[in-house]
Amino acid sequence: MSTPADAETVTTRTRPVGAAIGLLVVVGLALVPLFVAPYETTIIGRILIFALLAVSLDLLVGITGLPSLGHAAYFGIGAYTAGWLTINVTAEAPIPLLAAAGAGALAAAATGWLAVRSGGIFFLMLTLAIGELIFQLAQSWESVTGGSNGLYGIPAVQLAGSPLVLAGLRYWYVLAVFLIGYAVLRLVSASPFGAVLRGIRDNEPRMRSLGYSPFRYKLVAFVLAGAVAGLAGGLLTAQQRLVTTADLGFTTAALALLAVVIGGAGTLWGPCLGAALVVLIRDALGPRLDGHGPLVLGLVFILTVYLLPRGFAGLAGLRFRRRPAEPA
Amino acid sequence: MIVDWFDTNLVSILNGFAIGSLLFILAVGLSIVFGMMDVLNLAHGALYLAGAYLGYQFAGDTSSWLGFGTALGAAALVGLLAGGVLSTMTEPLARRPHLDQALLTLGVALVVAELLAISYGNDVLRVNAPPGLNESVQVFGRTYPAYRLALIGVGLMIAIAVYVVVERTTIGALVRASVADRDMVSALGVDNRKVKLAVLGAGSALAAVAGVLGGPIYGAAPGLDETVLILALVVVVIGGLGSIKGAFIGALVIGQVESLGRALVPDLASFMLFGALALVLIVRPRGLFGAKAAG
Amino acid sequence: MTALELRGVGRQFGALRAVDDVDLTVAAGTRHGLIGPNGAGKSTLFKLIAGTLRVSAGSVLLAGRDVTGLRESQRARLGISQTLQHSSLFLPLSVQQNVLLAAQRRHGNPGSLWPRRQAAARDRMGELLAAVGLSTRRSAPAGDLSHGERRQLEIAVALACEPSLLLLDEPAAGMSPAEGDRLVELVQALPREVTVLIVEHDLDVVFRVAESVTVLHLGQVLLTGSPSQVRESASVREAYLGTADRAELFVQGGPG
Ligand SMILES: Nc1ncnc2c1ncn2[C@@H]1O[C@H](COP(=O)(O)OP(=O)(O)OP(=O)(O)O)[C@@H](O)[C@H]1O
Ligand SMILES: [Mg+2]
Repeated sequence: MSTPADAETVTTRTRPVGAAIGLLVVVGLALVPLFVAPYETTIIGRILIFALLAVSLDLLVGITGLPSLGHAAYFGIGAYTAGWLTINVTAEAPIPLLAAAGAGALAAAATGWLAVRSGGIFFLMLTLAIGELIFQLAQSWESVTGGSNGLYGIPAVQLAGSPLVLAGLRYWYVLAVFLIGYAVLRLVSASPFGAVLRGIRDNEPRMRSLGYSPFRYKLVAFVLAGAVAGLAGGLLTAQQRLVTTADLGFTTAALALLAVVIGGAGTLWGPCLGAALVVLIRDALGPRLDGHGPLVLGLVFILTVYLLPRGFAGLAGLRFRRRPAEPA
Repeated sequence: MIVDWFDTNLVSILNGFAIGSLLFILAVGLSIVFGMMDVLNLAHGALYLAGAYLGYQFAGDTSSWLGFGTALGAAALVGLLAGGVLSTMTEPLARRPHLDQALLTLGVALVVAELLAISYGNDVLRVNAPPGLNESVQVFGRTYPAYRLALIGVGLMIAIAVYVVVERTTIGALVRASVADRDMVSALGVDNRKVKLAVLGAGSALAAVAGVLGGPIYGAAPGLDETVLILALVVVVIGGLGSIKGAFIGALVIGQVESLGRALVPDLASFMLFGALALVLIVRPRGLFGAKAAG
Repeated sequence: MTALELRGVGRQFGALRAVDDVDLTVAAGTRHGLIGPNGAGKSTLFKLIAGTLRVSAGSVLLAGRDVTGLRESQRARLGISQTLQHSSLFLPLSVQQNVLLAAQRRHGNPGSLWPRRQAAARDRMGELLAAVGLSTRRSAPAGDLSHGERRQLEIAVALACEPSLLLLDEPAAGMSPAEGDRLVELVQALPREVTVLIVEHDLDVVFRVAESVTVLHLGQVLLTGSPSQVRESASVREAYLGTADRAELFVQGGPG
């Protein structure tokens, strides 16, 4: 899973097919509120939000090769920022969202410069530690975050003055922002900058000898991922109008990583599928298991590592390729 | 003046040493396993938690040496077994990226923590200190729980024992050589898997024992696994991967940050933890005593 | 004009002096060979020049400018480009992506977050792939290439940086004779703005390409001179005689 596929190798034949599938999915998602009951619509909305978090993490894990276990921190910071702003300043879209993305980026910049100096497992440890420290901060800073009670009583988002209270409208709002966020990451991934990130992932020392400074690129990627995670957090606030410390905790971070791994790191679309599975188990299956969804998720985690090293994307066979061996 | 300061903060300082003691027992295994085998064992916190619940199981109702001793023995045994299982589980992944092994242990951690929550519920459960240690004593005119003093002593003893084993015995020499250059050691005909099994077993046993030892202070409750895992990771990162001395110094520093820091500037405690981490990494990117390249 | 000057450059690994007090001046535009027995310190010297390794002593001057304190990436931006003895490519990426990564730094917009065609960089990539004979393999992953093809790709990547100083560490190792010939032609055809330093055990290749040659032995410079001077030197023979089969190679190594 840490040898993800390469966007460049998509053959010209699969590209129109992929685009057609993508279009179908978008149309299908847009039609959801018209055909699906409000509760299920809300679940799909949650999937979209978690998917956006997972995709932003994929920019780090799959494309840059930086496995983060603290990514939920920026998601949570975005959520709290949007929540606080909605309560105390304005509920008018898109201000809380933009502020959430900004806060995510800022927090990522403040912590990322330390984290991206390392790589691999060391990066994993550092992000885990940083994420947990931010979690503790949220827990102790009660005047802003509401501590362990969470931040509640958040008013509904307003669009041109009218609040979005209907589940369907709120869903479309979430879908629209998800699509924007996804498109941004897709573009970045296809840009020359994205190519540099893949180069760093595959051979960082060589990038240095080609004249690149990996640190700068990794930091920008980290901040970008933090911004989109913050955006997703802002969406979370709009959707559930409640933010708790669990939203930026270790479990959320681990589940986001799980979504990326199950889906197939480096593909961006794979993590969306992974996110769907994770949210379905946690939110739909979990309550039936007395709230012990994490047990199933843990098992899924273990199975994925053994059976699906490339995630769903590997199963789809589209980009399946064994890692080429070094010549003797 | 300094004497006054000491006097007011004596309890916090001692608490810091007690926490540091516990952290060392916890972190030293994590550090060596990582330094030697590049296995980041994210199930380490879950092992601590399992130990804590064993403490509750055997020393939850009454305070007795038998109960506490049984809990310690059971924890050591469970830890050893768990280490063996983890070692076997990660073996097929040896040729895969290190991240895969970390993810596997993360999955195991989720499962174990959840199983414990199912069996014991979500409340904070008490673990009793053994008789004689469950009362307070006078230290420089202040009352202080005897158990915590004992814990400081136990931590020191374990530190010395680990140090002697690793620095002075043949097995220890093998461990140190593996930290420095694993391929070299396997080229000498030593079976890497056995070394890994032994170290992972010992490290896991220490983590579970730490759970019992920490029981009388922190009890047993869901979420503890994460908290201690993070603290142990910070200790390992600060001290440097694979270094016993580093784990010791790191544990002492973080123990004081957690206790004295929290007492002196309660609002900034989390910042101080991160600050200590950041400071060390800026000055020494591989930790205080880390020699090996990161990642 | 000197392209490269080394003043008392040394590098120790523990007690071993892998490179020991090396002075070397390479005039701009020359093709300079660096030879020596196994373990002489040739690869280490290259890494010291490129900044992959830090010197323990001495200084490195690039076109008269002291670059000793600069990082590898900074030196690369000043025009140093190297191929390593052991291929170092982006294995999961396609052949063209490998070259493009290098080409886009000079001819494209590597910092752009927006997708771009980078026509200039792509053109350059096409030229270079044609020059090293990999045009037909452009969309294969680098990891699928044969050993010889990887060496060719390495050279294309190094050239895509548009270096003023090109360091080639055993570029012909593992190449077929035909591939080796192509390599020699390629280096000979490089414009004179590019200074070339080449390490090679195939002395035939060295003497065909190089106008001057430095012999390194036990980390020290034994001799610098024209190819014929080097071929005739007794001390060079002695250095190589330590490794018997190398001596034979050396006797055979003449033009044609
Ligand atoms: N990173 C390192 N650590 C320790 N010793 C090293 C290191 N790199 C090289 N050496 C030693 O330095 C000496 C010179 O090595 P170097 O690779 O520069 O030789 P070389 O001339 O390139 O040899 P070859 O012809 O085999 O490529 C050798 O004895 C080698 O073992
Ligand atoms: Mg060499």
